[in-house]
Amino acid sequence: MCTICGCDAGEARIEGEESHEHRHVHPDGTGHSHTHSHPGGHSHPSHDAGAGRLVQVEQDILSKNDEYAAANRRRFREHGIFAVNLVSSPGSGKTTLLIRTINALKGRFPVAVIEGDQQTSLDAERIRATGAAALQINTGKGCHLDAHMVGHGVERLGLKDNSLLLVENVGNLVCPAAFDLGEAHKVVILSVTEGEDKPLKYPDMFAAADLMLLNKVDLLPHLAFNVPLCLEYARRVNPHIRVILVSAATGEGMEEWLDWLEHSLETAVARRRETVATLKQKIAALEAELAALKAGGG
Amino acid sequence: MHEMALAQGILDVLEENAGRQGFGRVRTVWLEIGALAGVEPDALSFCFDAVTKGTLAEGAQLQILAAEGRAWCLDCGRTVAVAARCDSCPGCGGFGLQITGGTEMRVKELEVE
Repeated sequence: MCTICGCDAGEARIEGEESHEHRHVHPDGTGHSHTHSHPGGHSHPSHDAGAGRLVQVEQDILSKNDEYAAANRRRFREHGIFAVNLVSSPGSGKTTLLIRTINALKGRFPVAVIEGDQQTSLDAERIRATGAAALQINTGKGCHLDAHMVGHGVERLGLKDNSLLLVENVGNLVCPAAFDLGEAHKVVILSVTEGEDKPLKYPDMFAAADLMLLNKVDLLPHLAFNVPLCLEYARRVNPHIRVILVSAATGEGMEEWLDWLEHSLETAVARRRETVATLKQKIAALEAELAALKAGGG
Repeated sequence: MHEMALAQGILDVLEENAGRQGFGRVRTVWLEIGALAGVEPDALSFCFDAVTKGTLAEGAQLQILAAEGRAWCLDCGRTVAVAARCDSCPGCGGFGLQITGGTEMRVKELEVE
């Protein structure tokens, strides 16, 4: 049923079906007909306006998630943690890419991983085998990680200051796009064994991401995947998206990805140092002021 | 997408406001949902009915006001209307569009008792 006016037609757009016409009958017996597609929308506040009191709310539906995300982001900033939210469809090679990334970064800086899956802790076990700290979050029926779950995960993991946090979201190109986890960037991973039109089919995700890793490029010689077309589609939905071509299997392109991570972490650490230095300066100034007041009073 | 989580989000907003604005029952909920928010109103309505069972909003009517998708065209330097994320600019046909509106998911107003 259409929730806008109560007619029996969904909002799902079917190709070739532009709109439909139907007639409303109001409780007072008057009626009107119109075609649907609702570009601007309309409301019927007069329907059954009864005795209820009207109250203004003006609040985002995801405001609770956004509050948790803001708290996570604050925590990351205070501790110099660079957090990345990795999103993709299932089977894009996220976990393999993570393992290669962790092994390459060993000894350079601490890395921790939060793994999101509906069921099993298989991925976290694969990550832990590398020696990195990893925590599995099973979303059960849920199709995405939310900021509240990640906040708890971060607490459990006990992240080190000045470290990298990689969050591997549930394999799903739809829902994780809308849920801010407090990360610095969403990174979308697309593999060349999928269609090059994925950015057009799942535009929200490609619009939400700042970086796209095109994975499994070692398989390109065996496939009809059109790389320039794929990149053109990605830039259609997100003109500013950065792209790196990688192969988690052979290591091709990994240096650019690792450099991006390292540079971003350095920036996060520098920002934290700056904040700490500023706070120390402020404390010193306040202490001096206090000493002066005490001297003046005594 | 994730309409169940959104329905739960709406209920959270209602329960939070019930305490703050002093009401015990919700009869109608007006939402503003952008054309580019990726929300399927049918599914949202279905999920809303499911999550509000036994709550202050059981049986409440969901009214969805659609907000138009808008974008800033980097090529022609003006605001244009778009129906989907992968649309081209209706003015120049280019794809250098920066979405500026139509991603809203807000609870606007309530009719309460």
